[in-house]
Amino acid sequence: MTDFAPTCPPRSLENAVEDHFIPAEASWSGVVRKGQTIRIEDSYGQQAIDTLFYRADDFAERYSNQDTMRAQTGAYVGIGTKLISNEGNVMLTMTADSCGRHDTSAGACSCESNTVRFGHGAKYLHACRDNFVLEISKHGMSKRDIVPNINFFMNVPISPDGKMTIVDGISAPGDYVELVAEMDVLCVISNCPQINNPCNGFDPTPIRVLIWDAVTHIGA
Amino acid sequence: MMHIRRSPEEIAANRARYEDHQKKGLEFAPKALPAPSPLPALPISADAIIHQETIPGSWYWSTKLLRGEAIRIDQAESNSTVALVAWNAHDTSERINLVDTVKMQWTTALGKGRVIFSDMGRVMFSLIEDSSGANDCLMGGSTAASNAAKYPGVKTRNTRDNLILVACKLGLDRRDIAGVLNLFAPVSVDYAGGFAWRGKRSNSGDYAELRAEMDMLVGFSNCPHPLDPDPIYQPKPVIVTRFRAAAPAADDLCRTATAEAIRGFQNNTMMLA
Repeated sequence: MTDFAPTCPPRSLENAVEDHFIPAEASWSGVVRKGQTIRIEDSYGQQAIDTLFYRADDFAERYSNQDTMRAQTGAYVGIGTKLISNEGNVMLTMTADSCGRHDTSAGACSCESNTVRFGHGAKYLHACRDNFVLEISKHGMSKRDIVPNINFFMNVPISPDGKMTIVDGISAPGDYVELVAEMDVLCVISNCPQINNPCNGFDPTPIRVLIWDAVTHIGA
Repeated sequence: MMHIRRSPEEIAANRARYEDHQKKGLEFAPKALPAPSPLPALPISADAIIHQETIPGSWYWSTKLLRGEAIRIDQAESNSTVALVAWNAHDTSERINLVDTVKMQWTTALGKGRVIFSDMGRVMFSLIEDSSGANDCLMGGSTAASNAAKYPGVKTRNTRDNLILVACKLGLDRRDIAGVLNLFAPVSVDYAGGFAWRGKRSNSGDYAELRAEMDMLVGFSNCPHPLDPDPIYQPKPVIVTRFRAAAPAADDLCRTATAEAIRGFQNNTMMLA
């Protein structure tokens, strides 16, 4: 495990209200309350972390990659990016980012898309979409609730002529993002198991998720 | 935390396989980039036409579209953007998936010769004609809020609400709209990821033809794109013609232009078997 990097003096490992280790290829979901900060840490580096957000009291309102890109008139996610819902509301704001490049235009891997991308021999491999289906089914949702997601730490440059390709991630071990929730949200993560492209250096690794209450609520 | 990393040999083998795959994928690129379709559009023979609909500016429409049929979306005298969504008519949980579409074809530039994928790795549409070469799959459509900010004090309709109306009238709801394809929207992306309207790449009379590769429900919204530089809200009518398409030849461009399309059509064949 890497060292803890403080981004806000009152926040420490000791006063985190949640601390989750998510093994390679696994999924996780949990609620982040309005005002709380969630840190998603790429513990070993070069690991794509596919993430979706749903409004906690109305799952029909959820993260929208197109609305997020439209609202900031740009394709990439970084510090200051407001994550926008399909209803045009701000769900979370990215307040810290030690990496600098995250994708929201390339979506998640799936058994089905892997057949198209890599050939039918790649069909029976663990994929993010299956992680998402299993994870959201715990909350009463189904495949139709899966929408285009954010890929934290995934590097998908788009060139002016439109070309796009997934290239090696630039995140180092311990790189992290922090997002403050602007509404109560259900966060759903697939720690990407893809081993057919460089999104995680062909070697899926564990990640860590930490949650803190709003700074004003921490003693001190 | 216990974690056993893959061996360097495993990683090297996977990387070599990916690089080989990427090389093969990109080798198809020249064939996948034909010139835009010529203007003006040729007339569609009257006996092939199933229905013709004029969608007024700012309005929506939807239609069933069967495999082997096609739609021509014709700007007529306008320079409108047309937002499009689609669902598999037999299982509406299968729907247009633009993130897979761009990732699998190695490009966000969707024009003639490309295909549009569903979330199940199958081809929904072949873009058999496209005169504008300027279609946007990243920014989505206008919303009540984006219109209010852009056209203050003006009563407008917007793509988000239009497509919710389309979905709800088909027995679906707002959960079923996961992204829209904007036809005739010249959005450019700079190296920093910033979006801009690339000037008037889209012309009066531009058209696109999408051949259905499965039975679908298709929805349209005819509202200005969020980046449309016209400060006045004045969307014009567009004409959508549903017609029986010619059967694809063995060397059909959309079906053969990329390795990914070939594999996608194999998935379609399995669905139909």
